[in-house]
Amino acid sequence: MDILFSLAHGFAVATQPVNLLVAFIGCFVGTVIGALPGIGPVNGIAILIPLAFSLDLSPVSALILLTSVYYGSMFGGRIASILLNIPGDSSAVVTCIDGFPMAKQGRAADALAISAISSFVGGTLATVGLTVLAPTLAMAAIHFGPREYFALYVMAIVIVGGIATGNPAKTLAAGLLGLAIGTVGIDPATGIPRFTFGAYELYEGIDFVIVAIGLFAISEFLIYIEQRRTGPIEQVPVGRRTTALRQLTYPATSLRASLLGFVIGVLPGAGATLASFMGYALEKRVSDKDGTFGKGDPRGVAAPEAADNAAAGGSLVPMLTLGVPGSGTTAIMLGMLVTLNVQPGPLLFQQQPDIVWGLVAALYVSNVILLILNIPLVGLFAKLLTVPSHYLMPGVVTVSFLGVYSVNQNSFDLLLMVGFGVFGYLLRKLSIPLVPVVLGIILGTPMEQSLRRAMAASGGDIWTLVESPLALLLHAITACVILVAILREAGRRRNAAAVERGA
Amino acid sequence: MEIIAGRRALAAGMLGLAGLAGARPAAAFVGPRPECLAPSAPGGGWDFTCRTVGRLMQELKVVSQPVQVSNMPGAVGAVAFANVTSRRAADNNLFVATSTVGLTQIAQRRYPGDVDRVRWLAMLGADTGVILVRADSRFKTLGDFLDALKADPGGIVTGGSSSLGGYDHLRLLLLAQKAGIPSADLKRFRWIHYDGGGPAVTQMLGGHVEVVSTDLAEIAGFVEAGQIRVLGAMAEARLAGSFANIPTAREQGYDVVGLNWRGFYTGGRVSDEHYNAMIAGLKQVYDSEGWKEAARRSGLQPIWRSGPDFERFVANMVTELRSLSQDIGIIS
Repeated sequence: MDILFSLAHGFAVATQPVNLLVAFIGCFVGTVIGALPGIGPVNGIAILIPLAFSLDLSPVSALILLTSVYYGSMFGGRIASILLNIPGDSSAVVTCIDGFPMAKQGRAADALAISAISSFVGGTLATVGLTVLAPTLAMAAIHFGPREYFALYVMAIVIVGGIATGNPAKTLAAGLLGLAIGTVGIDPATGIPRFTFGAYELYEGIDFVIVAIGLFAISEFLIYIEQRRTGPIEQVPVGRRTTALRQLTYPATSLRASLLGFVIGVLPGAGATLASFMGYALEKRVSDKDGTFGKGDPRGVAAPEAADNAAAGGSLVPMLTLGVPGSGTTAIMLGMLVTLNVQPGPLLFQQQPDIVWGLVAALYVSNVILLILNIPLVGLFAKLLTVPSHYLMPGVVTVSFLGVYSVNQNSFDLLLMVGFGVFGYLLRKLSIPLVPVVLGIILGTPMEQSLRRAMAASGGDIWTLVESPLALLLHAITACVILVAILREAGRRRNAAAVERGA
Repeated sequence: MEIIAGRRALAAGMLGLAGLAGARPAAAFVGPRPECLAPSAPGGGWDFTCRTVGRLMQELKVVSQPVQVSNMPGAVGAVAFANVTSRRAADNNLFVATSTVGLTQIAQRRYPGDVDRVRWLAMLGADTGVILVRADSRFKTLGDFLDALKADPGGIVTGGSSSLGGYDHLRLLLLAQKAGIPSADLKRFRWIHYDGGGPAVTQMLGGHVEVVSTDLAEIAGFVEAGQIRVLGAMAEARLAGSFANIPTAREQGYDVVGLNWRGFYTGGRVSDEHYNAMIAGLKQVYDSEGWKEAARRSGLQPIWRSGPDFERFVANMVTELRSLSQDIGIIS
């Protein structure tokens, strides 16, 4: 009953006109960001953070803005997948598999409606899960000491960093780069500056917003200049729905995928991308009796969409309760919360219930807004895909410069951003993933500090790290993940070698 | 009187070129464009000090122009300090927020220059240092804890919201010194740094740290809820209101006052006349009901020290913290 009472209070916060407006704007902008290829949710949120500051929003409104952008981009991500066969973000990759064939069969409008509905189901179920689970987890969080947090951060970096999906060596290199960049600035444990070369600008460390915008937005721009993409890409027309909305719900599929997605989302580390893949894989195993998956099966659209939206909600659970983000995007939101003087963690639920429950209620509201926006307006969003890149990209760069400058009004930050843009471009040329770099920066500091705290508490005894069962368990999970990744990579190499020999 | 004189100076300043206004011999509170410099990002503690005092100055008509709050974050105030001492030493428009945290940095020589590079205006309030344990702790009094610490300096896990050598850590060490623990043993204390008093206390409730040294305001809710025990408050006298039953360290025989005060400094070459006028303006803020309310809401005890008295206080504090920091090897 406590929860219902808190939630009712949350709705009072979320339905304040300013918050409703902010949620609406966030949903709209988020859908646009998600729909536009190249500007993923991480990117979009990184650009919007300075905007949230310059609007002088209260912490709860700023948080509602960013989460509704986050949810919105999850909705929007599939538009380009279905119509262009180009995913708007990494979690919409799987949606291409059945979404694009559906579009080619003239059922583009159906596919878009299915994805909107199952996204709504996934998002709403995850929010219910968040409502129930978060307060309990927040209370359990008291048992997390420095060594447990350390284990959790290691796990988060390893799993979110995508070791499970990418080239392990390059991912590791990227993560370590991030950790290295994260050590710049005053050491919180001793107050001594590190790697600042006497420059006061570096004393506070390198702001993750600057790094994120540089790495993602500026490098995207450089790649664009290099490729000189002009004009829009060919796309399938949206057309009209061929089936009644009611027949496009696929409740069993959405439910299964939502549950799976939520659980994956809650695990600190595993994000929406993994959830969409797993959701699709599960559905294919359960439902693909006639081999229709991959040829435009509607359930192949519903499953990943429900799963990735559920994961987006699930990943807010560890972020709010433990202060450990569940995905790259929530990692960036976490950084913003701290900047707003909101310290996520167990205390948040006691000290700032307005923020937590206002946010949770806003998530319900956002889901409804998104459903309303996405069913009739999908044609409008699809039009966005025809905006030529030579108009879009300069706009993104302008917003990036304004955004970074507005944080500290410091031209040094702009140089730093451009520097990171060039750096990001080089990394992409070497196909080194960018997300682990940002993660390393955001998670590196708290991970290091947990380690230092554990060491301080034990008087320098390293074995303290594995002396708690909870920490041991977390380390074991991490080890398994790494092992699986190594085995898979080895398997891939063997297969490739076999193919070469065969040819 | 100050207000009238202020208006005259302001009129004079507006008649002449703005840049010449600073050179005018007048007892204005500040020049024509009052500015409070917060050496932190918007939302930080120093930012709050500037915004509150700036707002009250305008409400009380201490200034006729709104006080502009500018943020210059960096290196725990060192960036702002460098800027003021090098470029704005004679700027009578400017007052800079600081606190014990900034002073600790100066004591440990982390600012480009010592306390005498700037003029210390006044402190308007202070948060009180407290030593905390869980309600079910084996320590009932400050004596219990310090005796145990003396017997086994490395045996108790302590923590607070500052780094090693930060003020939360140093004032715990000051207590330990009063308990007769030799300097060599002070280095053996186990100290865990947290991002704030709240996280430190939560971790204490979870049993990950046994004793916490921090400011009272942020964790007052835990005290009122009865989850934690305050072994001692490092105040000059007992606190008011619901905290009156908290014993001070002093009354338990450990004469340490550990106040995290909030106050202001200005440029080192600001004239006596402007310096005194600024203090008079701050005093008006201090005496107002608005300040008492703001202080109460953020858990500060209104405490006033100004002028030469404040400068002596600052100098003594720096000497004390500096020698302690040398004792434990934080600085050479």
